[in-house]
Amino acid sequence: MNKLNFLSPDKNNLYTYLYPGIGLFSLSILIVFLNSFFSLDLTSFLPGTISYFLPLILGFIGLHLIRIEYSGIKFLDIINKNINTNKFNALLSLLIIFAVIKSLPPLLSWFIIDANFAGDSKDACSGSGACWAYIKTWFNRFMYGMYPNAEQWRINLSFIALAFLGGVGFFATEKFKKYLTLYYVVVYPIIAFLFIFFFISGGPIFFDFSYGIIAAVISIIIGFFIPSKFKMYYFLIIPITIYILLKYVFFYEELIELGKIQAFEWVETGAWGGLSLTFIVSFFCLIFCFPVGLFLSLGRRSDLPIIKYISIGFIEFWRGVPLITVLFMSSVMFPMFLPEDMFIDKLVRVIIAISLFEAAYVAEVIRGGLQALPRGQYDAAKSLGMGYWKMHIFVILPQALKLVIPGIANTFLALVKDTPLIFVVGLLEIVGMLNLAKTNPEWLGFAMEGYVFASIVFFIICYAMSKYSYNLEQKYKTER
Amino acid sequence: MNFKKILPQLLTLVVVILVFGFFSYNAQVNMENRGITFGYGFLSQESSFDVQFSLIEYDGSHSYFRAYLVGLLNTILVSVIGIVFATIIGVVVGIARLSNNYLIERTAAIYVEFFRNIPLLLQIFFWYFAALRALPLPEKAEPIFGVFFLTIKGFFVPAFVWNNIDIFTYSVIAAIIAIVFVRLYAKKKQENQGIQTPVLSISIGLLIILPLLSFFLGGVDASVEIPVIEQLSKTSFTFKGGLKLPPELISLALALSLYTATFIAECVRAGVQGVSKGQKEAAASIGLTPNQVLKLVVMPQALRIIIPPTTNQYLNLTKNSSLAAAIAYPDLVLVFAGTALMQTGRAIEIVSITMLTYLTLSITISIFMNWYNKKIAIKEK
Repeated sequence: MNKLNFLSPDKNNLYTYLYPGIGLFSLSILIVFLNSFFSLDLTSFLPGTISYFLPLILGFIGLHLIRIEYSGIKFLDIINKNINTNKFNALLSLLIIFAVIKSLPPLLSWFIIDANFAGDSKDACSGSGACWAYIKTWFNRFMYGMYPNAEQWRINLSFIALAFLGGVGFFATEKFKKYLTLYYVVVYPIIAFLFIFFFISGGPIFFDFSYGIIAAVISIIIGFFIPSKFKMYYFLIIPITIYILLKYVFFYEELIELGKIQAFEWVETGAWGGLSLTFIVSFFCLIFCFPVGLFLSLGRRSDLPIIKYISIGFIEFWRGVPLITVLFMSSVMFPMFLPEDMFIDKLVRVIIAISLFEAAYVAEVIRGGLQALPRGQYDAAKSLGMGYWKMHIFVILPQALKLVIPGIANTFLALVKDTPLIFVVGLLEIVGMLNLAKTNPEWLGFAMEGYVFASIVFFIICYAMSKYSYNLEQKYKTER
Repeated sequence: MNFKKILPQLLTLVVVILVFGFFSYNAQVNMENRGITFGYGFLSQESSFDVQFSLIEYDGSHSYFRAYLVGLLNTILVSVIGIVFATIIGVVVGIARLSNNYLIERTAAIYVEFFRNIPLLLQIFFWYFAALRALPLPEKAEPIFGVFFLTIKGFFVPAFVWNNIDIFTYSVIAAIIAIVFVRLYAKKKQENQGIQTPVLSISIGLLIILPLLSFFLGGVDASVEIPVIEQLSKTSFTFKGGLKLPPELISLALALSLYTATFIAECVRAGVQGVSKGQKEAAASIGLTPNQVLKLVVMPQALRIIIPPTTNQYLNLTKNSSLAAAIAYPDLVLVFAGTALMQTGRAIEIVSITMLTYLTLSITISIFMNWYNKKIAIKEK
């Protein structure tokens, strides 16, 4: 029998240390647990301060007694290695465990036990907990803003259709995979725009943009038969010619009258709002800012001085100012720069402003990827006789973009988190709607519920996005 | 020079000039129609609006330029507070993320994941409209340590009343200069003789001793003014004396530092993880003590990775402080691009000044950062 030394427990009298150790540790947790869940004070017979710190002291001694390295008991070793390596760690672990136990009951009672789920007026919320009836009543507004209730199926349908069309890429067979980039960069944005314009907004059937689309489709089809030597000049001239012909020559009076027919009731963008507006704004900004950022980053690395310095100036300008001043500019200063009879919709102005702003950040991220590529890649591409665009499209960009997936994902996350700022121009997405609902005289005093709800919504969206980008990064990781 | 290189440049230039020309032509026409002339003369006019919270003396009789200064100083104030707290929280959480204690690592990770995934504006609203509104009224506030009062009307803290504050300031400046010299001397000694000097303890000692001397010899005197509750009317109370931190400032600083700290924590973690294990082992194998390994080998390399992205975060924090406009904290955007613009209607001048101010701030810091980056970059032979 070895001598017992409680100051330094060792492997030899393992169970002599283990049982009192675990006992003390469990006792300390039990005291805190009973105190916080059932407000039972087991140690009330002791003086105040000692009673307050007793669980901490007991737990600390308990953890000290079970801190035995290589005990041979698997579970004990795992505990020691993870939460109990030394005195300081043991103390921190205890503090965290106690804090969690202490904060659980109030949180549970606020969120669930004392909360009100039913009812449709303020009177229903008499309990001390959260008033989820408030969220339930306003849910429609938080999702769709002031969009008319009877027309909301249009938003739902568009989002479902766009999600379905966006998901096509996951199910594409090998044969169609090579067209996916073209689909996502050109076709999908156009379809999305048409959905938003015809469906959600309820615009007329023929307008400038649809002439443009028809012109583009016709010229691409003819483009297949043009020898590649003349292709550049062809695509510079023909689409514009077709567009002008379509708009001013081929479309007769009757057809123009027909084009003014609106299939759906017009809902002005001021009435859009809620989470659906968050999605619309972030979706379009995401689509626009990426190509602009790509060209800016190429421009910044170009050998042509004028293009280079214009790109640098553009990027540094947008990166240097806060988004809120950019939005201010788009709402109060920009109308001054347009002719009097020209009016650009508020939402369009905001989307352009945010896209240009984020494009500068995307450009810097992509530049990082371009700089990380070894010079040999450029030289090899040039030695194969590739020109500037061929080299970038087939050699440089695929590698560089692969490298910057995390950075781009971060920029897109920042974009989603920046959308609430559009309250500056009077567009109310979900956070703006919350602030509006909060000031409703019939529903005063439920700010907390609203913000907690919106936080959870944003957390789910952003967390899912960051996990998805992590997966992408792992998928495209290539050994170098 | 060949044609292929000149044509795209020329085209770009023409497009840019055309766009700018179009905009400025329209701006001219529009301003003529509204009868405004472009110019910055309005800056010296009387502003005739009040600002809730100001670091310098200001009321409606001062000029618009003074209002601009008030806004700028408030922006700088909240940015500095935010940067200090974000750095402290960020470094602690970043180190906690590297802890081998599972509970600590998880707690830090949950904090980071949670706060960085919620929009900053939402967090500001949460603190201002939900959390701080739950605080007690001044007459019901419980004192913290007897002198601090956290109420719905703001945080009331004791203030120092100084005599001969200039001598005290000089003593602090003298201490800082002395520390710089000590550091230079220590570095020289280290390089020439390989002997370490305890720079940190000497610095702290200097920072305490010199200001203390100024109290005893320089006639500096400071007394503490504790806030006392005062009745304004039958139901309205407030605190008199001491310093008042308005709830707008508190919620803004709180949200900014908690949000930015998550990013700084990730920078710190990446920095420390970025130092390869071999470096530590090599340092230990030539007989350096663990403290020396940390100070002479790990930290200089980790800082090289940590500092550039962290400065970027500082810059972001400063720019994000413009969200103050949403909760009516009188920062540059609210005072100048909000109230002053509303009163004068000079959209172009005011928005351009505001943007230029932020731009100057950012570019100054970027230039400094580039210089610093060059200085600490690995000098390869």
